Parts: sequence; C-alpha cells; structure tokens
Amino acid sequence: MSTTTALPTYTKKDFESGVDPRWCPGCGDFSIINQVQKLLPSVGVARENIVFISGIGCSSRFPYYMNNYGMHTLHGRAPSFASGLKVSRPELQVWLITGDGDALAIGGNHFIHAMRRNMDIKVMMFNNRIYGLTKGQVSPTSELGKKTKTTPFGSADYPFNPPALALGAGATFVARSVDIEGAHMGEVLKAAADHRGSTYVEIFQNCPVFNDGAYTFMTDKAVKADAQLRMVDGKPLLFGKDLKKGIRFNPQSAELEVVTLGVNGVTEKDVLVHNPRREDPTIAFMLANLSAKPGFPTPIGIFRNVEQPTCDELNWQQINAAKQKKGDVSLRKFLAGSDTWTVK
Amino acid sequence: MSTQTTRPVEQVDSVTIRFVGDSGDGMQLVGTELTKASAQAGNDLATFPDFPAEIRAPAGSLAGVSGYQVHFGGRAVHTPGDAPDVLVAMNPAALKTNLADLRPGGMLIVNSGAFTESNLEKAAYKSNPLDDAALKKSYRVVSVDMNKLTETALTGSGLSSKEVARCKNYFALGMMYWLYGRPVDMQVESIQKKFAKKPELAKANVTVFKAGHAFGETCELFTGQYMVPAAKLKPGLYRNVTGNGAAALGIAAVAKLSGKQCFLGSYPITPATEILQDASYFKDMGVVTYQAEDEIAGVGSAIGASFGGAIAWTTTSGPGLALKSEMIGLAVITELPLVIINVQRGGPSTGMPTKTEQADLLFALFGRHGEAPLPVIAADSPGDCFYTAIEAARTAVKYMTPVLMLTDGFIGFGSEPFRVPEDGELKPIEVTYQTKPNHDGNTYMPYKRDAKLVRPWAVPGTPGLEHRVGGLEKDSLSGMVSYDGMNHEKMVKTRAQKVANIVADVPDAEVTGNQTGDLLLVSWGGTKGSVDGATERLLAEGKKVGHVHLRWLNPLPKNLGAVLKGFKKVLVPEVNDGQLAFYLRAKFPGVDPLQFNRINGKALKISELSAKALEILG
Repeated sequence: MSTTTALPTYTKKDFESGVDPRWCPGCGDFSIINQVQKLLPSVGVARENIVFISGIGCSSRFPYYMNNYGMHTLHGRAPSFASGLKVSRPELQVWLITGDGDALAIGGNHFIHAMRRNMDIKVMMFNNRIYGLTKGQVSPTSELGKKTKTTPFGSADYPFNPPALALGAGATFVARSVDIEGAHMGEVLKAAADHRGSTYVEIFQNCPVFNDGAYTFMTDKAVKADAQLRMVDGKPLLFGKDLKKGIRFNPQSAELEVVTLGVNGVTEKDVLVHNPRREDPTIAFMLANLSAKPGFPTPIGIFRNVEQPTCDELNWQQINAAKQKKGDVSLRKFLAGSDTWTVK
Repeated sequence: MSTQTTRPVEQVDSVTIRFVGDSGDGMQLVGTELTKASAQAGNDLATFPDFPAEIRAPAGSLAGVSGYQVHFGGRAVHTPGDAPDVLVAMNPAALKTNLADLRPGGMLIVNSGAFTESNLEKAAYKSNPLDDAALKKSYRVVSVDMNKLTETALTGSGLSSKEVARCKNYFALGMMYWLYGRPVDMQVESIQKKFAKKPELAKANVTVFKAGHAFGETCELFTGQYMVPAAKLKPGLYRNVTGNGAAALGIAAVAKLSGKQCFLGSYPITPATEILQDASYFKDMGVVTYQAEDEIAGVGSAIGASFGGAIAWTTTSGPGLALKSEMIGLAVITELPLVIINVQRGGPSTGMPTKTEQADLLFALFGRHGEAPLPVIAADSPGDCFYTAIEAARTAVKYMTPVLMLTDGFIGFGSEPFRVPEDGELKPIEVTYQTKPNHDGNTYMPYKRDAKLVRPWAVPGTPGLEHRVGGLEKDSLSGMVSYDGMNHEKMVKTRAQKVANIVADVPDAEVTGNQTGDLLLVSWGGTKGSVDGATERLLAEGKKVGHVHLRWLNPLPKNLGAVLKGFKKVLVPEVNDGQLAFYLRAKFPGVDPLQFNRINGKALKISELSAKALEILG
C-alpha cells in the first residue's frame, strides 16, 4: 500500500476501465473524462493510489469508467465518503465527481464542509444547470425564470454562483473551465491535481438532451471573445477581440468595471493583474460574481490557489505526536487507566 | 463530643443511595466519589445518573433537578437499584421530584437550609414539606441545614458566598462517608487531586467534607452506621466504567487486537456523544476520529474509511440512526464492514434524549429500504459494551457486513466495576486484505465469494485490483452495475444467506434457573440486570422459572425455538411497547409471549417485574 518509488509509465489507456460510458451522444461528460484520462499519466501518482468517488446523477457514473479504485455512493453524500477516506488514508489522491444537483442541492451541506475543512480532495463539479438523470427538472444553478418540467412557468428561485459559494466556504483552490475547451480544461485540471487542499473545479457542461445550448452565451464563436475572460496567473485581465477590453478595480466604488484600452487614456497598466495566490479571497470573490452581471464576461481559469495545512494533514500531525509521546502502550495498561483497585 | 462507639454498626446486604439537587449542585460528582470509595471497599455496584436534557435549567426549578443513584452490595448487584434506601435531597425541587421513589421507611436526608420561601415556591410547594408530620411517619427524616453548616465551616476562608455555596455537596458526601464507614483519607486525597490547580478550593472542600463527616459522627440525628461487606468478585484488577466509556475502550481494543486502524466517524448526540469524546483521546492506540457535519456524513465518512481498509465505526442514537438508514443500506449492498453503535433513547423524534428506552429494536432489524438484513447485537451492561463492541467488529470484518450494536441510555450512562482483561485474554482479530487477482485471466472479481459467502476486501493502494463499488445492484461476480432481475434476486438471497450464516458464531442461548418449567423470562439488552434480579427472587421462592438473555438479535441463537417451547409460558419484559415479543411471535409461530412493558424512561424495577411474574404464575 505504499507508493512505489519508480512509477510505471502510464498511458491514457491505463486509466480506462473498459466499460463503455453510458452518457447520451454529444454529452459534455465525454470530453471531461477524456481530459482526466489524458491527465492522470502525468500526475505522478500510482494508479492504485488514485480513488474516484461520486454521488448520484449523470456525472456520478464517472468512476465506473476509470480504471482506478472507485466508489459510486449516495446522492449528495460523496464528500463525506471522500473525507473519511482521505482522513483515514492521507497518502491516497482522492477525486470527487459530482454535478450541480448532487453537490449543491441535496449535498450542499457536505460540500461546504469539505471546502471549509481544507480537506485534500479534488472536487470536479459538472454544471449543466439541469437535472439530467431524472430528465429535466430545475437545478440550484438553473437561471431565474428557466422553464423546466417542474417550473413550467419559469423558475422563481435564484441560482447559486458555484465558485462564489466555494470561495465563501473557504476552498483553497477554485477554478472553472468549459467542456468544449479541452486544452484549457487540461491545464486547469493539472493545477487541480497539483494542489493540496480543498480543490473545486466547476466545469460548464452541456446537456444536449435537457438543456442544450446552456453555455452558448459564452462559447459561441460570434460572442466568445467578448463573453469569456480567461484568467491567467500574473497576467492582466484582458478579453475581447484583440484583447482590447480589461477589468479594472475602481477604488472609488470598490467595484470591478470593464474598460477599453486606449479609451479615456486607459492603458494596460490600469487593468487588474490576476493573482490567484492572494490569501484574501475578496478579489477572487468579485471575479466569481462577474458572470452574474450584465455586460461583463464570464471568467474561466483559476480564481484562487493558496496553500494551507490540510485537514487530513493536521489530523495526522496530532496522531503521530500522540503515538510518539505515548509509545507502544500494552492493551492491558491502556484499559486499566489511572484509577484501579485489585480484588483478591 | 459523643463517641461513635455508642452507636451500633448494622450490616446490610446492599444499599441504594440517590443524591438529588440542582444541576449545578455537583450531585454527579459526589455520586461518583461515593461509587469509587465503595468499589475500593470491594462492593459490587451499579450506578445511574439521571439528569435533565437542559444543561442548566433555572436554579431551584423542578426542571433543573439532577440526580445520581448508586447501588452497592456485598452480593452480586444487577441494577442501580429499584428504589433508593437513602435519598439525599439538596433542595425542595429535588425532594418533590424524587420523594415518591424513596422506599417506605427509607432514610431522607434533606438540606433544610435550602427550604426557603422562594425555593418552596419554585418547587410549587404551598407549605414547607419538612413541617409535615406525615413525612416523618413514612420516612426516617434527617434534616440538616447544610447551607449554614458549610458557611460556618468556611468562616474566614476568604471565598465568595457563591464559592462557599458550591462546597455544600461535599458536606453531604462527608455525612455519607461517616454513615457507610468509608475512609476519609482517600477522599481528601481525591479532592486535592481534583482541585490541584485551585488550592484554595481544595482546602475549602476538604474542610467541608470533614465537617460533614464530623457532623455525622457527633450529631444525634443518625441512629447508627451501616456496613456493607465486600462482594465476591472474580479476582483481578478493576476499574469503574460507564457503558459509553467501555464502548470507546472497545474501539481502541479492536485497533490493538487487529493491528488495523479503527476509524470512528460520528456526530454528537445524546446519549451517545461520550463514545466519540473518549475515543478522540485514543489516537496513540490507532483510533482515528472524525466529527462530521451531520449524522449522515458521520456514517458516510466511516464507509469511505472502510473502503480504504479501516475498521470503521459510527456512533449515534435514535434520530441519528434514522438519518443513517440510507447509508447503512449502502454498506449492506457494497458489503463493506462497519459497526454502528446505537445508544437508544426515548423516541420517536427528539423524544426524551436523556432517558432510556429499548424502542429501536425493530428499526435496527428492519429499518432500511429494500431487502437489507444485517447482524444486530445488544450489550447488556455497562462493562459488556466493551465486549459487545469487540464482537461486533469481529463479525463485521469476518463477514464483510455492517453490524448494528444496540446499547441504551441506561447502560450507556450507567457504570459498574470492570475487570481489566489480562494480557492475551482477548483473542486477536484477523483481518485479511485481498492482494492478488482471484479469477481467471489474472483478474479481480470483488464479489467472488468464499464458502461462507463472504467477498474479498481489496483496498486502494493494492496494484492490479482496482475496482469500483457502489449503490447500484451489481453483477454477482464482477461487481459491475447490473440491472438483470435474476442477478438481483440472486444477490438479495445471497446477502441474506451470508448474514444468516453468522449463526455459526452465535452461542446457543443459555437458560439460568430451570431449563424447562412454568415460565421463561426472555430479555435483551440493558434489561438483563433487572431480569436477573427478578429471576433470583422467583427462584428463591421455589418457582419453576428460567431466564434466557439474548445478546444476538439477528441471527437469533439456533436453539432458541427449543428453549422457548420448554416452558408453559414465556414473558418478555422490555422498556418499549413489546418489540422483542412481536419479533419472537413472527420468528416462532405458536409461541405467544406475554409482555411486561414499561416506557417511562427508566430501567425495569425488579420488584415490579417479580410481581408481574408471580401474578402470571398464579
């Protein structure tokens, strides 16, 4: 059960279980699993030390298709299994596959606690803004007013902004990518694999059957340049055709605003430089909320990536310290405790 | 000063003492101190604390009364005692809520100083009950102004009046030490240890304790002292344990006996919380604890750890067990080992959190959706929680199944002397992980079973055995998802048969008393002590009775049907509305047990049960 010193050279195929995925034709999940299987040979962890845990929903069939250890658990509860496994076996790399209904509706409680604990688990949330497996009901990320089978007159409730929720819950790694942006997703997942601590990656995933075109507002070629903001560590937050638009922090209003280079004397120096390594998550939170504002682009990339001692690590520091302090105590001595008497 | 020699020392078989007062009066403390002293004197004993669900109800109120009962004796002590022989009441509310339990003619020691107009009003007394002549007729009343005597003893101590007032429990304890001849020095040491960081309080409490002792000796209120001889206990090293404490020790013992990590994922809930608390200190013994965000996550984390190869536990009480139900079904279908300890309390819903009940039996046996049988075992006394935990874990890993262990608030909070097992007395627990392929073509089939129908346990980190498990029905060999109806039927039957096979490890039911006869008493769980006590009485009266106690509820011992049929009548005493009786009727058609049910949040009284049995016997 120890990590071998010399890892075998893996290929993508080593991570395919041989079971044909049962997702609908054209489902965004195919592209995601493809990226994960391409990534894993390079993460430097033995195949047997990687575990995929999922809840319930279309996305949660994922572990069956991976040739790793895997657990398909209960609706919404995957973070509890992943957390228990990670605390028990900190040497394992634990991935958690979930969807918007699984993670944010029935599993909202477990999700926020996994994030705030900085448990070293990697959550990939496939966000298709709909209940797919139950065939088309409103989800916690469906837009206000959305017509679904259970909201025939339009949804009357406001959606979660998932990265903002993850940031608010204290996640130390928060990112977003898009199913059809394979190369981008690959980079984000690599960074997620390298991060130690609570890791949250939202993936905009198109459901071609029940919510087709949910992300065309930012993936269509015609609008993509103005609608997507690609956040790159150390680079100014520029977007638009020829990267002429930027995001500026307005110190008067304490808000983010869209500016155009060359207009009103704006230069690249006025534009906010992306820094996901800020301890303080405030700017990351502001960026996460951009997508909700009309006239603003939707950010993709890494919002936050900071290192903090992880929950599993802190637990084992205590366990190891206790073992070192007390040594090997015999069971009888342990059971006797400090207050005994003898009966003859 | 009159001398102690002028008063007689009377030997008594056993005595039950109850201390009652405000939640903040330190009744639990003096109760446990007297318990320790009695244990050291060689008495067998059993205790039970009785406290309100509210942490600190208003001082002097009826809701805020907290109590501690200890029963010690020179013979085997089965329960904390039916009715106190001595009631120590620190205020009017305590008197009002407990007086009815004191046995007729019993001794009532009251802190008369607390019987002020305002306290009487809080206890809804129209007049001072201590002035009631009827009280003195029914009981031996010893009225002592402990408030005043404590104040006097601490004159000049420099303590605030609040601090002084908090010492009076030691005055009561001092009197009891004199009354039952307990050594003063040991208690003085104990106080000094307890208050080591606050020497001024240590000094004050010692002073008050000694004052109480001297008061007992000098005042003429007591007619004599009592001596309870040492009991015949099995020789060995002893300590005191509560049921919850013993369960936690059991978890640590399992880690040591198996050489594997024990992982406890849990969530605080009365009356089970102490197991998680105690186990949190056992890190050096190989116990990993995890306080989850809720009951569901508690058991989920445990199942996750079990998938990883740990011996996994979760602890809870009724409402939590209900929440965990879906998760337990997952452990059943994935066939991962897990021990669920359910410390039963009064239900349904929030019910009576601090009061005992045995009403989760049918829920434990059947409370999951789908066909989801699992082994159920129940502890019968505080110390037995230790052995039951070990047996539950042994079964879980041997048969790759969740095991439900039942205890209850009565034995969870109750305490008794516990003989520390000798080195080597406890058998090691064998845990074998699958490390090699087990099927043709060098493949691993996670649901390929052995002769006992047990599947292998391959854990992450084992190269070549990567596999997936989950809540969907799985192929009977590969474990891959299967929606084939015939495969499902086969899997349902196989899982049930595997659990049924555990009967091979279930000892035959043993009958105490007559092996056949007029009446068989059948008990399970925490009522064992009461039924033992009642059986002893009935046998002493020459009745043809027997007693069988069920430790395993599923599977039931294989000889149970024959045992039941050996008696003309069967009586099932339970602290519920007849759940074991219902179960036995279903399991053994033709046997129609009579019932004795109390659902009053308390243990069964030996006297009531004996009376019921005598009535049946005619």
